Amino acid sequence: MAQEWPLWEVFIRGQHGMSHRHVGSLHAPDADRAIKNARDVYTRRNEGVSIWVVEAAQIAASNPTEKGPMFDPAKDKVYRHPTFYDIPDDAGKM
Amino acid sequence: MDAALECVLRQADNALVLGHRLSEWCGVGPVLEEDIALANTALDLIGQAKLWLEYAAEVQGAGRTADDLAFRRDVYDFKNALLVELPNGDFGQTLLREFFFDAFHLPWLQALTASPDARVAEVAAKSAKEAAYHLERSAETVIALGDGTDESHARMAAALAYLWPYTGELMVDDAVDLGQDAMPLPSSIRPAWDTTVNAVLAEAMLTRPDSDFAHTGGRSGVRHTEHLGHMLAQMQFLPRAYPTATW
Repeated sequence: MAQEWPLWEVFIRGQHGMSHRHVGSLHAPDADRAIKNARDVYTRRNEGVSIWVVEAAQIAASNPTEKGPMFDPAKDKVYRHPTFYDIPDDAGKM
Repeated sequence: MDAALECVLRQADNALVLGHRLSEWCGVGPVLEEDIALANTALDLIGQAKLWLEYAAEVQGAGRTADDLAFRRDVYDFKNALLVELPNGDFGQTLLREFFFDAFHLPWLQALTASPDARVAEVAAKSAKEAAYHLERSAETVIALGDGTDESHARMAAALAYLWPYTGELMVDDAVDLGQDAMPLPSSIRPAWDTTVNAVLAEAMLTRPDSDFAHTGGRSGVRHTEHLGHMLAQMQFLPRAYPTATW
């Protein structure tokens, strides 16, 4: 095909109460068709209750080469994690 | 043959033959996404065929299974409408054939859900959800291709001219339809079919042909096209060559 359809990123919510997760990408001429294609490509085994698609070109992403300055400074700051509390058993899963 | 049984076989064979035709696209679709979508539709239809054939085998009461009915009947025992056995042609022709069938299938299944035969109503209710999605998808594709490029429009116009005379048979009543009361008359679906088809053809910039001529002979089995035998030869090869094979 001379002109490729744009690429769409697909997000699927597996069940009520969960958040949408990125599952992959596909090509489609428009948003409506992208949702239908996502239905056929990614939910044929009953994986989802909701689909989001977003055109891949619309996603702004962090630059992998700036990984160091972006993420390394957070590594040695253990006090930012709430790991110093004793959680009562009754509180259940946090 | 008993009219009630023949009516069930007509449902089964429409789904089985169209399902097999669509499965022929598996691996050779124009783009990956459409390939998978067609395979899904094929699987939906073959699943529906299985439900209808299981019921047909029970009604027949001759100790045959759904597989026996699918793989050990010959051309003239098949009761599908001629439309669904026609060759795929190009992608546009396949989708236009699918659309013409879906535009009948959905209101037909919805009508069957009111059948006094509980089993018919149950299979129809399950199948109708699938048919609704099939119709949405095929109608959109017909519009996109009909109202697309010069080439896609020309191909759709050619497909329309070829398929049109085969659409009428879906909604022509015969003695079998009149001789049973589990299913409504196919002609009762005509207004719904016309409404859907007129709207989609107009949006697709395609002109509905003037002729009402309808090839018949598929639903009765007496005059199938030359294409069905070739299709069955492929579809039935394995269980006929290896009768004891199991999955």
